[in-house]
Amino acid sequence: MDLLEHAGKRVLAAHGVNVPVGHLAVDVERAVAAGEAVGYPVVVKAQVPVGGRGKAGGIRVADDPGELAAAAEAVLGLSIKGHVVRKVWIEEALTASRELYFSFTFDRAAKAHLGMLSARGGVDIEQVAEESPEAIHRFHVNPLDDFSPADAVAAVDAAGITGDAVEPLVELLVLLYDAYVAEDADLVEVNPLAVVADGRVLAMDAKVVLDDNAAYRHPGWEEWRDLEGLDPRERAAREKRLTYVGLEGSVGVIGNGAGLVMSTLDVVAQVGGKAANFLDVGGGASADVITAALEVVNDDPAVRAIFVNIFGGITRGEEVANGIVEALGRVDLRSPIVVRLDGTNAGEGRAILAGHESDRLVSRPTMLEAARTAVELAAS
Amino acid sequence: MLLTRRRAARHERPGRPLHECSWRRSRVSILVDRSTRVLVQGLTGSQGRFHGLRNRAYGTNVVAGVTPGKGGTDVDGIPVFDTVAEAVEATGADASVVFVPAKAAAAAVIEAGEAGVALVVCITEGIPLHDEARAYAHLTRTCPGTRLLGPNCPGVISPGKANLGITPGEIALAGGPVGVVSRSGTLTYQALHELTRQGIGQTTCVGIGGDPVPGTGFMDCLRLFQADPETRAVIMIGEIGGTDEEAAAEFIRDEMDKPVVAYVAGVTAPPGRRMGHAGAIVSGGKGGAAAKIEALREAGATVVLDPTELGSSMAAVLR
Repeated sequence: MDLLEHAGKRVLAAHGVNVPVGHLAVDVERAVAAGEAVGYPVVVKAQVPVGGRGKAGGIRVADDPGELAAAAEAVLGLSIKGHVVRKVWIEEALTASRELYFSFTFDRAAKAHLGMLSARGGVDIEQVAEESPEAIHRFHVNPLDDFSPADAVAAVDAAGITGDAVEPLVELLVLLYDAYVAEDADLVEVNPLAVVADGRVLAMDAKVVLDDNAAYRHPGWEEWRDLEGLDPRERAAREKRLTYVGLEGSVGVIGNGAGLVMSTLDVVAQVGGKAANFLDVGGGASADVITAALEVVNDDPAVRAIFVNIFGGITRGEEVANGIVEALGRVDLRSPIVVRLDGTNAGEGRAILAGHESDRLVSRPTMLEAARTAVELAAS
Repeated sequence: MLLTRRRAARHERPGRPLHECSWRRSRVSILVDRSTRVLVQGLTGSQGRFHGLRNRAYGTNVVAGVTPGKGGTDVDGIPVFDTVAEAVEATGADASVVFVPAKAAAAAVIEAGEAGVALVVCITEGIPLHDEARAYAHLTRTCPGTRLLGPNCPGVISPGKANLGITPGEIALAGGPVGVVSRSGTLTYQALHELTRQGIGQTTCVGIGGDPVPGTGFMDCLRLFQADPETRAVIMIGEIGGTDEEAAAEFIRDEMDKPVVAYVAGVTAPPGRRMGHAGAIVSGGKGGAAAKIEALREAGATVVLDPTELGSSMAAVLR
């Protein structure tokens, strides 16, 4: 789960990380009230789940209520990389004397946590990484070990950061690691990490990505679930616990396993079609899950044909076939279904489907043939 | 009945130390074989029972199950123990397949490592990242004789010999000469299916799993296949994300003389919604399907763009 800036900051603040004072607002009136509470000057920041807000006009400074009202008016409703701004974060405007970059994430290659610290934080950090990778100090933390103040001192030193900021920075890095681990985060990134005039070091922005697999031990996360930014199709799928990504084409794709579904998109493209979505029903999908998946895909008006591509391991063929048959009875499917079924109990599954074969339900023996049929049906 | 079974198990392997790393010994196939003694963690659950019994029906030497609180019972004649240590002590199991639910799976993996199990195959998906990272680090630090495969993987099958996990055994063909290593579960089955249709057998098929902390990676498997006299060629199936395929490409270029046929899923995958810069800084432009395909081609691998071509392409390579 990607947290918006305001939620990320609240998570970090709960672990003792310094963040600027701020309030959330959903309209101009509440934005002005938030400005009074925060004290001028303030920054109005669009709350969207993508980067590049500043360059898109989603971050503005206001010195008084009039300016704040105008800024909030301009930012609310703005579309940033396809995300309409529905919330703004009104925050005290602070002047940074130095802007640093810091993040904790997991490094697949090293199989350890990776910390990255740079004295050259700010909007161009990816450019810094490309042009002068040595300007970003990288260090690993074994998942079994603590990240101690001594480790933080070493990291700060290696990043070439000196002066009065060192002490508060060291304290902050330790707190950020605590937050990263305790909150089951995939990513904690602060850019910029600002040193301000009074010597404090604050998280001026916060990108926190929480691990959905750990949601069961964090009941508080429900509060952060910001569904407003989601595509309505993705929202419906999430409610049914399916992995869904909406795309632009007309062939609805349902499969088991991320690799197979990705591969299905590739094969559909190869035979000249375009997938309407990515939908992974996961391992061991039952008839109910298959029915739910068909419902979600069927609700997409752009879908003209549905390609169900199942290669069974933990998913059993007869369960998939039963789900399809059940869905045919339960849901008014607008589009024909093309099924390719193989693997565990595929014979049983195919036998079930054979009893229901029609122009609305077609079975094909291979992935390529099924993709061709689905693309033809979608075009007809 | 149970007692007889346990005594018989002990009797078969007198004096063999529990911590011996059986996968390192020279064998006909890599990782597992007919003699591998398998315990199933979570055998009494629905997935564990279904696949554990399927594995046994395939011919795998399934000697025990482990479910805390169910010790002393049995699943279709397979004795169940409360702990892995008890199961190992009683049956001499040297490999484990984990079907334990995600909340408890990391602890189950650690338990197997501490009990001296040489190969732990974790099928469970949905394990929290930090649990997975700690379990891997724990095994590395304190159980160096244990190899972890997975989590979130289909397991390992040496056709005709042993099947540990959820791979449908009937789609595999015994006799070699092709080794398969894959990050994607379902595409692994696809590859086996295509090879079998071509009449090409497999030595061993390893699903390394798609999670962020795979216990065994492409390179580990490629190294094992390169050293395995029965394996003449290898199929490798990658996915977008991470840089493991790029690292594997370097290994293929520098250290392999056996031919490799590769497929990478996700050429048309939409770029994931990405927050933050850390991912981009770490990958430095790598990680996309195109970069992986190029790296593999440059390393001398044959790359196919459709997974159903894996079989025919391998047939051409072997000719």
